[in-house]
Amino acid sequence: MTDNTTARPPLTSNAARSGDSDRGPGALKPGAGTSRASARPGDAVFRWLSTGSAASIMVILAGVALFLIIKALPAIGANWSTNPDLSGGTTAGNASFWQYVAPLIWGTLWSSLIALVLGAPVAIGIALFISHYAPRRLANVLGYLVDLLAAVPSVVFGLWGIFVIRPFIIPFQDWLNEFFGWIPLFAGPVSRTGSTLLAGGIVLAVMILPIITSISREIFLQTPRLHEEAALALGATKWEMIRLAVFPYARSGIVSATLLGLGRALGETMAIALIISPSLIFSVKLITDSANSQTIAANIALNFPESNPLQRDALIATGLALFVISLAVNMVARLVVRRSSGAPRRSRKDRA
Amino acid sequence: MSATATDTVRAEKPQGVPGGGRPSGPRGPGPNAFTSGQLPRFVELYTLGVALLLSGAVFALIGFSIAGCLVTAALIYLVGIGVLSTVVENRRKATDRVVRSLVMIAFLLAMIPLVSTLATVVDHGWASMTWQFITGTGGSVFDPATLKVTVVQGALQAIVGTLIITGIAALISIPIGILTAIYLVEYAQPSQWMPRTVTFLVDVMTGIPSIVAGLFAFALATLIVGPKAFSGFSAAIALSVLMIPIVVRSTEEMLKLVSMDLREASFALGVTKFATIVKVVLPTAIAGIVTGVMLAISRVIGETAPIFIAASFTDNFNANPFGGAMQTLPVMVYTGYKFPSSDIAVSYQSAWGAALLLVLLVVVLNLIARIVARIFSPKGLR
Repeated sequence: MTDNTTARPPLTSNAARSGDSDRGPGALKPGAGTSRASARPGDAVFRWLSTGSAASIMVILAGVALFLIIKALPAIGANWSTNPDLSGGTTAGNASFWQYVAPLIWGTLWSSLIALVLGAPVAIGIALFISHYAPRRLANVLGYLVDLLAAVPSVVFGLWGIFVIRPFIIPFQDWLNEFFGWIPLFAGPVSRTGSTLLAGGIVLAVMILPIITSISREIFLQTPRLHEEAALALGATKWEMIRLAVFPYARSGIVSATLLGLGRALGETMAIALIISPSLIFSVKLITDSANSQTIAANIALNFPESNPLQRDALIATGLALFVISLAVNMVARLVVRRSSGAPRRSRKDRA
Repeated sequence: MSATATDTVRAEKPQGVPGGGRPSGPRGPGPNAFTSGQLPRFVELYTLGVALLLSGAVFALIGFSIAGCLVTAALIYLVGIGVLSTVVENRRKATDRVVRSLVMIAFLLAMIPLVSTLATVVDHGWASMTWQFITGTGGSVFDPATLKVTVVQGALQAIVGTLIITGIAALISIPIGILTAIYLVEYAQPSQWMPRTVTFLVDVMTGIPSIVAGLFAFALATLIVGPKAFSGFSAAIALSVLMIPIVVRSTEEMLKLVSMDLREASFALGVTKFATIVKVVLPTAIAGIVTGVMLAISRVIGETAPIFIAASFTDNFNANPFGGAMQTLPVMVYTGYKFPSSDIAVSYQSAWGAALLLVLLVVVLNLIARIVARIFSPKGLR
């Protein structure tokens, strides 16, 4: 409604402007047949152009998959123990591509999971704060501040992680190891530099905050006003109102926001590449120097410059694995959104 | 739950009774019906103050640390307000207060990295912000007389590289992105297969990890040029893969905001579809589109991994996007720290300088985007 009324002025100004220009009146005259005929080629070209751009999206994505596969195949098919290009350097000691990529996949999933566990609750809390607790007038500014987090380049976060987070968490790691060392996660030997998966996970968590926050905030704000007011009218406190009206409505939105955050964390390179000291192993340890699982993205960034062509192909193949994983996560997220934002939500809104 | 609910209702019942003759001031004899069973208004501030004092005292005894002090204060505060509210009010209100505080703490937690990052970058990077750094090319200089290698700070090659690569990426992605959005909003019928596929693929593209985009550009370039295929142009292609979906998404949102009445009015005047889009729809949405584009640029300008893969890194000045490796600011930050030159201190210093320049660029782009949105948006649309 408001859109209609407020969007109207540009039309009048526009019509007036085109009426003033010398070409405008011709187009508006009753004998529009001629002008339509003259505009037809432009029309067709424009239509063709925009359809072509849309088609180019399909071509680009197909290209991404195709070129990655073409480059990856030689490395996947090679015999890793006998091939001189692969049996040395960073790819040494692997019998096959799968043996090389398996710990990397584990590291990618594990570090993203850490980031998610640390980041998602905070992000949802922030979204709740901005949508339901903060004063109305401040809400926009606060939302902008959180969005600003998304604008900070990841490499800058990486530097920040090295110089601020690493020294900061060393005492905390000692404390964790002292009291919770019996849990495998916090088993020693404790790192003295702070280049641990925990540090990387914290920085990753900061990086995925904005995306989870902005999506869940949108969805919290879409909760039907009447549901909220009904809960409040029944005597619910604010938190009870949120639990009874907001969360049930936003559940699938929160799930998909979290999954999209996971997708972001999976592909994040710099935080891990700069901060942790990695090894290609399966490990759940968070606070050691020698047993941090490496991620696919960071492994590519670290080893790419000094690899030989076949090793680069191997790295591209791991990139392909990353592509497939994050594709799967993102598709699940979109499916959750689509299933929930389809018919049921609209009907609920209508009822409200 | 229901039992406590009725309790509250009963407790609050006197509120509904007109307080005829009943003393209402807190100093009057007997309990005040309006405020009994409630904590005073600023109790949260008081509790916070007490918590801060307590934890400050504790940490003054065992050795001071700001972080530990704040964390302890937050814990004391949470427990304190919870217990206080449970005793004076009831469990439900206590939960409410604790959640309110938790949510606020979550927000403050998120502000710490933001402030801390910006402060650290400015603090470390400020020292390199000299005219020489911005206008000079950095790298190692070999002096044959003394046989010494000195490392010079300079970011000109990276600034130029960033502008060229981002510029080409923008030139590729903005037309494709905007035209695709126009196709999706203006031309496509929702029932056709193509718009549905394209929408889905744009979603998929949004989720492509940035380093995979870099690998794609590198793979493409090696298949065309050969193994040493680093170039600024291929980095620009990688960035376009990341940028196109952002532009499509934001433009699509903006075009959807343009009301149908406008288009119909235009069609009713006999204006063709092309002219309607160009003269009516786009001018109405232009502020939002420009904002989206600026934000997309500021998003990709800080991408490190794809440029690092596709354009590699170098200390040489190279302004030819088709001629070999090209340096950019984010890559300069990364390599300055991860692959430092012989003089490590200088490498770190220029990494910080480049980081500060990068942050400044991003902030300026964001500000421009906000200003454009503020100035050019049709009144009342946002």
